[in-house]
Amino acid sequence: MTTNTEENTRKNIIEFLIRFGDDRLILGHRLSEWCGHAPILEEDIALANIALDCIGQASSLLKLAVEIEGENRSEDDLAYLRNEREFKNIQLVEQPNEDFAYTIVRQFFYDTFAVLYLEKLQNSSLEDLAGIAAKSLKESKYHFRHSKEWMLRLGDGTEFSNQKVQSAVNDLWQFTDELFYEDEINTQLIEAGIIFPADEIKTEWIKIINEIFSRAKILLPRDGGMIYGGRNGIHSEYLGHLLAEMQIVARSYPNAKW
Amino acid sequence: MVTEMNVDKESLLNLLEEIEDPEIPVLNIVEMGIVRGIDFVDEKIVVKITPTYSGCPAMKTIENQILDILFDQGFPNSHVKTVYTPAWTTDWLSDETKSKLRDYGIAPPKGKSEDDFLQEVITKPVQCPFCESKDTILKSEFGSTACKALHYCNNCSQPFEYFKCI
Repeated sequence: MTTNTEENTRKNIIEFLIRFGDDRLILGHRLSEWCGHAPILEEDIALANIALDCIGQASSLLKLAVEIEGENRSEDDLAYLRNEREFKNIQLVEQPNEDFAYTIVRQFFYDTFAVLYLEKLQNSSLEDLAGIAAKSLKESKYHFRHSKEWMLRLGDGTEFSNQKVQSAVNDLWQFTDELFYEDEINTQLIEAGIIFPADEIKTEWIKIINEIFSRAKILLPRDGGMIYGGRNGIHSEYLGHLLAEMQIVARSYPNAKW
Repeated sequence: MVTEMNVDKESLLNLLEEIEDPEIPVLNIVEMGIVRGIDFVDEKIVVKITPTYSGCPAMKTIENQILDILFDQGFPNSHVKTVYTPAWTTDWLSDETKSKLRDYGIAPPKGKSEDDFLQEVITKPVQCPFCESKDTILKSEFGSTACKALHYCNNCSQPFEYFKCI
């Protein structure tokens, strides 16, 4: 019986690492699309920096997943050779950049969650995961400050910038509850002390969102339907297009080294 | 055969001090706190390193440089292991290291790494590494590398980089 539980925990850890790693990989790739296109030079550099942090965090998490898996796969195999349905990121992070306000709102929702969740996760009983979380937390705090500052500047800026942010909030709100999605994989890992219930931080997340929205003169959308599915490989139409671009070099030239 | 008996960790560390940080060549990887320790496993040298930032693109170069320098010293089968605990912090930079940064034109990290993420952007003025004026402003918290922020000195009209406190 013990071995069954251990095996189950091992599989669930791998799945959790892939879910968590995919969030950062896909968001990092999305942000990298701004490189050379951002509205001002400082933002071009900032978004590329944040993208790099996200991809670095993804790389650590996916590497840990394949190490635990022990089937001779690399983190690059996971990033470049899986198909759309095998990606387990939440749908929020795959949403297209649209405009700068849209990107900032997406990032703000995500960063607020990341900081709060990583603060918990750095106490994981899985030492390697705790280490990655503590490391990522330091970076996510900078990301949070960046997206928060822009929320305030754009929201409480001109009528036009406020409208852009409000419209992005209205569009993206439906993807936010998936940040807190949990299933039996989470339940088992929570019992094992490896991860923590996302519910524990939900109140704090909403509190921060409300506070910044109020300072940014942004209205919280009325409760509507929420979209889930990413954690089980169900995605919006945008992920496939993103993967096509992200994976084409690795798939066209298998095992290429550079 | 490599064991603690015939190779001294101290001299290996001295050897690794010859490796410059690829982004900040005025500092070496030991004083940067990137090298976390040396172990002997299965008669091989294992050098433990930790990234300054998760996505730091210099890590691969650093790893190769470590392996090259050990190879040249007659340790062909060495390993480099990346560790994450404890997470790298600017608190590890000594005063001497900080003054090297300043001389190089990068404002060194001020104070200890802070923990409250809800606080507003750095309010303490960062001193210009060129003219030492404190009349400077933050342009962006993200600079030419992940570890630096962009500042501007109102006194000498010089843009400069600040090594972020993490």
